[in-house]
Amino acid sequence: MKQVFIVYLLIMALVTYALRAVPFMAFRRKVRNRFFRSFLYYIPYTVLAAMTFPAVLFATKSLLPAALGTATALVLAYRGKGMVLVSLSACAVALAAGFLF
Amino acid sequence: MSRRKEYMEGFRNGIPIALGYYFVSFTFGIVGSKNGLSWWETVLISMTNLTSAGQFAGVLIIAAQGSYLEMAISQFVINLRYSLMGISLSQNTDENFGTGSRAVLGFGITDEIFGVAANRKEPVSRIFFLGLMTLPYFGWTLGTLMGAVLGDIMNEALSDAMGLAIYGMFIAIVVPKAKEERHTLLIVLLAVAISCLFYFVPLFSSLSGGYAAVICAVAASLAGAFFFPVKAAEEQEAAA
Repeated sequence: MKQVFIVYLLIMALVTYALRAVPFMAFRRKVRNRFFRSFLYYIPYTVLAAMTFPAVLFATKSLLPAALGTATALVLAYRGKGMVLVSLSACAVALAAGFLF
Repeated sequence: MSRRKEYMEGFRNGIPIALGYYFVSFTFGIVGSKNGLSWWETVLISMTNLTSAGQFAGVLIIAAQGSYLEMAISQFVINLRYSLMGISLSQNTDENFGTGSRAVLGFGITDEIFGVAANRKEPVSRIFFLGLMTLPYFGWTLGTLMGAVLGDIMNEALSDAMGLAIYGMFIAIVVPKAKEERHTLLIVLLAVAISCLFYFVPLFSSLSGGYAAVICAVAASLAGAFFFPVKAAEEQEAAA
């Protein structure tokens, strides 16, 4: 049987929505347990970091443009630059490096 | 703070996210049209999912005519991190953020929206959160549309380089925090180390990216909670 786009769409949307909304609705009270609170404190940063490295290094066809773009983002973020500047500078450097090397 | 002011504050915080989303979803639009989806199908996916990695994986499954079960499992695994984010965010919402608003606004929990909301010092109100997700939603949708329509005429080197946009946003959220707190830096580095292990060690590298990210984040955060439990004062400050 041929799979239908609309069913795929519904599955994607519903699974993703449930993962977001259900735990958000279920946890109504402040977590008192210090261990669990600390765990949750680190979650945003560990998730984003694990998703970034090493995947970012393979975002372009060869390693060098991606590596230079990443380095640019790290330096600008360290200097406290905003999200857009950091992000677009990384793209621009990777693009330029892709042409140069 | 008045409701209007609070909404506008969230709205302003959403501007950089929306710009980043525009570029990332532009790439998604290209991928969608390259994989045989029509422009409106690609846009519909973005409007109902509002997520990056899951959508990219989803389109590939659709293109390959994979099973519905495969689709459900892949989305579950890749997006499981949102559950952790939802729990984490629930710790920093104000008292008016009730179940109904959570059901609606929970849709807006993305990596970056969550990242900004979690970094906020004051408790997150539903008005602020609604303001925060407004522009990113339109940026994500519009970028997808433009990518799906214009993707064919775009240079491959350019679309390749734009793939870095999303990682740049992640880096902009994590690095300032890691700079500020040594313990967060160490735990972040641990997460990266485990992630590299998953990526490069053959035994583990068959794990999908989303699943690997969840395992890395949980393992590193557990280590963080064990070795560097945060003090309540520090949390207040960080939440602030």
